[in-house]
Amino acid sequence: MEFDKPQIEYGHLWPLLVVLGVACLGVLVEAFLPRERRRLTQTILAMLGLLAALGGAIWVGLDLPKLGDGVARGDLMMEGTLVVDGPTVFLWGLVLVFAIGGVLLFSERRLEGGVSAFAGQAAALPGTEAERQASTRGLEQTEVFPLLMFAVGGMMLFPAANDLLTMFVALEVLSLPLYLLSGLARRRRLLSQEAALKYFMLGAFSSGFFLYGVALVYGFAGSMRFADINEAVRNDTENQTLLLVGMGMLAVGLLFKVGAVPFHNWTPDVYQGAPTAVTGFMSACTKIAAFGALLRLFYVAFGSDRWSWQPMMWVIAILTMLVGSVLAIVQTDVKRMLAYSSVAHTGFILTGVLGVQAATDLADHEVTSLQAVLFYLTTYGFAMVGAFGVVTMVRDSGGESATFARWAGLGRRAPVIAGVFAFFLLSMAGIPLTAGFVGKWAVFTVALSAGAWPVVLVAILASVISVFFYVRLIWLMFFSEEPTEGEVAAVHTPSLATLVTVAVGAAGTLVLGVVPGPVLDLAAHAGEFIR
Amino acid sequence: MNDFPWLTVLVALPLVGALAVAFLPKTPGAELPKQVALGFAALTLAVGVAIAVQYNTGDGMQLTETHSWVEAFGVHYALGVDGLGLLMILLTVVLTPIVMVAVWSDTDDGNSTAFFAWTLALEAFSLVVFAATDVFLFYVVFEATLIPAYFMIGGFGREGRGRAAIKFLMFQLGGGLVLLAGVIGLYVVSADAGTPSYLLSDLSEIEMSTTAERWLFVSFMVAFAIKAPLFPLHTWLADTTEKATTGTSVMLVCVLDKIGTFGMLRFCLELFPNASQWATPVVVTIALISIIYGALVAIGQDDLLRLIGLTSLSHFGFITLGIFAFSSQGASGSILYMVNHGIGTAALFLLAGYLIKRRGTSLISRMSGVEKTAPVLAGLFLVAGLATLGLPGLSPFVSEMLVLIAAFDYHWWVGAIATSGIVLAAIYVLWVYQRVMAGPDLQAGETAVASDRESDPVTEPAGGGTATATAARAATLTETRRDLKTREVAAVAPLMLALVLFGFYPMPLLDVSNPTVHTLLEHVGVSDDEPVVPATEHDAAEEGEH
Repeated sequence: MEFDKPQIEYGHLWPLLVVLGVACLGVLVEAFLPRERRRLTQTILAMLGLLAALGGAIWVGLDLPKLGDGVARGDLMMEGTLVVDGPTVFLWGLVLVFAIGGVLLFSERRLEGGVSAFAGQAAALPGTEAERQASTRGLEQTEVFPLLMFAVGGMMLFPAANDLLTMFVALEVLSLPLYLLSGLARRRRLLSQEAALKYFMLGAFSSGFFLYGVALVYGFAGSMRFADINEAVRNDTENQTLLLVGMGMLAVGLLFKVGAVPFHNWTPDVYQGAPTAVTGFMSACTKIAAFGALLRLFYVAFGSDRWSWQPMMWVIAILTMLVGSVLAIVQTDVKRMLAYSSVAHTGFILTGVLGVQAATDLADHEVTSLQAVLFYLTTYGFAMVGAFGVVTMVRDSGGESATFARWAGLGRRAPVIAGVFAFFLLSMAGIPLTAGFVGKWAVFTVALSAGAWPVVLVAILASVISVFFYVRLIWLMFFSEEPTEGEVAAVHTPSLATLVTVAVGAAGTLVLGVVPGPVLDLAAHAGEFIR
Repeated sequence: MNDFPWLTVLVALPLVGALAVAFLPKTPGAELPKQVALGFAALTLAVGVAIAVQYNTGDGMQLTETHSWVEAFGVHYALGVDGLGLLMILLTVVLTPIVMVAVWSDTDDGNSTAFFAWTLALEAFSLVVFAATDVFLFYVVFEATLIPAYFMIGGFGREGRGRAAIKFLMFQLGGGLVLLAGVIGLYVVSADAGTPSYLLSDLSEIEMSTTAERWLFVSFMVAFAIKAPLFPLHTWLADTTEKATTGTSVMLVCVLDKIGTFGMLRFCLELFPNASQWATPVVVTIALISIIYGALVAIGQDDLLRLIGLTSLSHFGFITLGIFAFSSQGASGSILYMVNHGIGTAALFLLAGYLIKRRGTSLISRMSGVEKTAPVLAGLFLVAGLATLGLPGLSPFVSEMLVLIAAFDYHWWVGAIATSGIVLAAIYVLWVYQRVMAGPDLQAGETAVASDRESDPVTEPAGGGTATATAARAATLTETRRDLKTREVAAVAPLMLALVLFGFYPMPLLDVSNPTVHTLLEHVGVSDDEPVVPATEHDAAEEGEH
């Protein structure tokens, strides 16, 4: 394989470099700027960095060289350790868009009465004098912005990695800031710290699995590069055990990140415990990045060995959908319910992963697996960021209030916000004229085209189950009586930042539901992975 | 003028109306939003009539509009009307303003603006369903109708409506998702055959394997059997009609549920002709069970609204039977039946609604002697009831006879069983009339009825208010005994007229539906003579009447 080295490699990697650079700059700001000026500086810095990176990503996307006569576009970078191709740029765009939503949610201060939703001083133990002091002095933990930027950097690196080591580094770069961010809630700090610890412990475990898998696959193929692994898988029939075990281990690491059953157990606790702004950002962006990496690893490196990993994916997709939607029924907390619903969504996306891979196998204009998954991730991101944005607004005297009982009758107290939330739920349930429907349609179609009809049948069953808990929440908000005793939650007016995030989420969900054509075309235009 | 997008205007009007009504300022008891809503419904009716005037019987799909919507999926925004679609569209645009007039002041205590807005939204989506000539577009609006329906059931009606709304939605969405599997399957089949396309005209050309065709048929049929409820998928129907307002029930049973039988004709027969014939024995059996079971269960009901809901199960059995008898009598009869059932059941529901509003209960055992105090109400109820049981001279008779002829043609015992459904219909209608309308106007039942009413003034004054209490009681009595107001009569009058008119002169309906039936049966591979009403009606009257 002979590739011309691009002359302006830094130009193609510019979005990634900007994000990481701004993250480092944020650390310097923390070190050198006086406390009172940090918050504004950090917010603006993060925002500008993400916008610049998004602009860069669009520019890179327009500029990608065509590869041969196929549908693939892009090139290898950094001596072949990174690959910037159509799907990479598409995923970059998604991560950046939802990260901007994340920054907007992070910068919300009106809901908490002038402070952010993050702990005043993370080092002050909950319930101590130090914590009280931190809150009376109005301290704020502005490090959340550089942490977010580092996480975004990792998320952009993750689907762009072209060898196993880079992928592992990216995995860690994206995970570590998220562990920290999960533990920084201002209220219910113990819950938040417990969530962070659980996430960290299980995450570290899964990273261990991933690393071991890297070693085994290296033992099999003699190389870290996906292209070389692919060659080895094609030609080498010896050491199959090494390959299979290694592949399984790598899958554990990635499936943990996307929250697939049986590696989903962290999801509800972390989604519930983490500050809601972090949950919204994490639920959308982590899944996007991790699915990008998963697709690249399995399509590019192990694509020739489909028959080995597809049965595993079948089982995991079926389990994930069923467990996610069944457990969501018994939840009594909005954030936990959304967490389990996100598990179910992972299953639906995995259904799409099972589809036919290459455009050459398909009729003209037929939807490819990659296209379907990319589109689903887009719809999922809009709904999730928007929904968690709404959750931050629903509050009682003790801060955010996500218990079902408190949400009863919310639709009568705040019809617009409850209506928007209902709209997000309908999209997640896959009701037509919302984005979620088109997404579901796309992933089910590719799976059915590939002959995975049992999975599609289970997916439809799981959709029916999931409709139940979404609709029940709508019923709770609009039709049920308010409890006679106990407090009820009300919608507090947030700052413009949160409102914009929610509005963009709702607009995206509506537009993608009614005119999905452009984004689908964009996903098709992204072409295939290159090796 | 032919390029004018009539159908788009038709479906856009109520949608715009719904948005306009939703965003009008809300003041309690304001008439303006309701007037605006009625205005939009009337405009839609006018456009519907304009379409009917232009419609040329015998020309197949007309007023077609086709625009590419999602190219990647082969999805088009494609509309068109044929005879079947036209009749359903007319039924929808006629029933919507009638429902609005009938429930004008019923929802004042709740958020009446919302009810009118949802009704318009439901009308808009239903119209797209009946005009869609692209399977994907059909599916999208098929599901979208559920959102207004859900909010209409859940938001307005009686205690326990929330649960009924969830049950309704779960059944419908379950069916919808089964249909989604079929729709996706169609895409795969059509992609295998070349370029994927969802246009009905493209899809009906495709040769598919027998297995694929049968599976796809099953998925479509299950969804439609939930929509136009057939045994054993009907359990949501009675609960929904019991808890919802009668206006909602009319929109649901008379318009929305027609999508099921409409879908069987439009999609099952047209796309999967061989599989439809393959499945006929099973479908006919289920239809027969629905006819008999629905009627039997209806006889046993004590709740007037549940009863009317369950009679529809029986009627949908008849319609399905006619469709799957595969003869032109059957198919024409079914299409007519869909229209007549829409008119007759709407009248029954609305009249029952008036009655329940007066008496404060929907239990048959708590009512008696209505004809003494409210003769107009009782008389109209009798006419609508007689129409339901298929009395000659009223329009459902014609369609019922055509279906029965087809059933006898199919197999004598099928016809025999179906005919016994008519006998049962006579029982449930006449017995209800006897219990509710005839008999003495019990004064003893009065207190029981009065204490049912929430705002009962009788129990309030503790002492010294005996005179006011008596006066209030007398007022309540007058209120519960009052005959229909002009507005209420005006709402059902068009339905009554239609019942009589089409009973004596069904030719306009047959003229519209016959060409469609002819094309359809030709496609399925069955051909026989078109039904000519006067000749066959006579013979059938001998066989079918009791």
